Amino acid sequence: MRKYSVFAVAREALRGHKGWGPHWASPEPRKEYDVIIIGGGGHGLGAAYYLAKEHGITNVAVLEKGWIGGGNTGRNTTIIRSNYLYEESMDIYEHSLKLWENLSQDLNYNVMYSPRGVMMLSHNIHDQQSFKRHINANRLYGIDNEWLTPEQAKAYCPPLDIAKTARYPINGAALQRRGGTARHDAVAWGYARAASDRGVHIIQNCEVTGIRRDETGRVVGVDTNRGHIGAKKVGISAAGHTSVLMQMADVRVPLQSQPLQALVSEPLKPIFPCVVMSNSVHAYISQSDKGEFVIGAGTDQYNSYSQTGGLQIITHTLDAICELFPMFRRVKMMRQWGGIVDVTQDRSPIQGVTPVPGLFLNAGWGTGGFKATPGSANLFAHLIARGEPHRLAAGLTLERFRTGRLIDEAAAAAVAH
Amino acid sequence: MLLIYCPYCEEERSELEFRGAGDAHIARPANIADITDEEFEEYFFLRQNPKGLIFERWRHIHGCGRFFNAARDTVSDRFYTTYKAGEPKPDISAILQSEQDKGAAK
Repeated sequence: MRKYSVFAVAREALRGHKGWGPHWASPEPRKEYDVIIIGGGGHGLGAAYYLAKEHGITNVAVLEKGWIGGGNTGRNTTIIRSNYLYEESMDIYEHSLKLWENLSQDLNYNVMYSPRGVMMLSHNIHDQQSFKRHINANRLYGIDNEWLTPEQAKAYCPPLDIAKTARYPINGAALQRRGGTARHDAVAWGYARAASDRGVHIIQNCEVTGIRRDETGRVVGVDTNRGHIGAKKVGISAAGHTSVLMQMADVRVPLQSQPLQALVSEPLKPIFPCVVMSNSVHAYISQSDKGEFVIGAGTDQYNSYSQTGGLQIITHTLDAICELFPMFRRVKMMRQWGGIVDVTQDRSPIQGVTPVPGLFLNAGWGTGGFKATPGSANLFAHLIARGEPHRLAAGLTLERFRTGRLIDEAAAAAVAH
Repeated sequence: MLLIYCPYCEEERSELEFRGAGDAHIARPANIADITDEEFEEYFFLRQNPKGLIFERWRHIHGCGRFFNAARDTVSDRFYTTYKAGEPKPDISAILQSEQDKGAAK
């Protein structure tokens, strides 16, 4: 792998940028792998990378039915934060945030992680009590999070309307300064390049149609549209399609797939310095480095695999954005899309072993999977390599729905799901 | 936005009037205190989450207020039919066949 650096950029600038070459190899699949990961999003590619880097397992394939990063990795609003309420959540999201901080250097690929601060608006006394509880829990756990008055919030984010007569008045905000955004495509490409360099096979346009098991029930491989591929271990990291894949192994999972929409505006000059989220009126917004406002809406109320959603959902979000930031009222929206998120009943992810030996599950990240990409990938690699969860992901098991030990971020949600 | 036919109002109305209420035809165990953790998990948490035909409940909350069931395709979001609560699952293949026949007759 050629190292990317300022010198490489200068060299290519002089050569008309003809020498960059493909970022990753596209080999023919082998007959068998030690590990197959189903799903070539950030979580799956990252898990393959960490398997190779930290566990010395390089006979790995990532199977992607479309193109890598074309699912939810390319469809989210790229927000990164770790200000969750429960320890299980704080463990994994903070692990992820720490990996974000050094990810560009680790991958030798600029993922454009920008810790510009994530500010969550409080509109009423309930928000205030809930946020302060989060702030206290976070600070006790060593995670930064602080309370801002409306005036401090306005100073941090000048476009914000804090007038007492506003449609959605603000009585304060919670700010995680280390939170921010990253470039979603670069995350997929960076992990793919680094994994490919360590010998991982990235196989696109390869849809899994069946999971094969031997007579003892153990996984022995997968059937795909490119034929049977053997595997000693299989990891599923397929977001909205997890239920479909798990049914191939005759396992029912506590997941529902729903559309979640986002949209971007026309590009404007830099005006919006941070990420702003509002639970109560359901809107979140940031400005990308290209200048577009990236706006996230809510999930639809019904199950769907359609990768689209109801117009009333984004209209509702834009209503809220226009009230919170009156100066954006005449900004035009350019594109809108939906991704299919797999939501658990407690709104916390599932990462762990399954009833099928050799089959591992990483799912249920719901509406918040992007921020978790490095952490989830890192711990999923540990799970697959060792066959048991890492300490930081020990609570995220599939069994918690049987034992009742839920991680109820649904009630404590940082944003209404 | 979906257009949903309420079988009680006998009218097609916008999704805004309705509230989705999850999977249909899931019976709450009558002996809920006696069942095992596995049975409770099966009843309460595990779902088919199908890609394709789903049977689900809707409530016409800003209309008649009543719950009813629907058969819908989760890929196209198209409703095959809606039917009153308590009625058995309709035969979707028959609905599709009759539509095909109509199409052929035209």
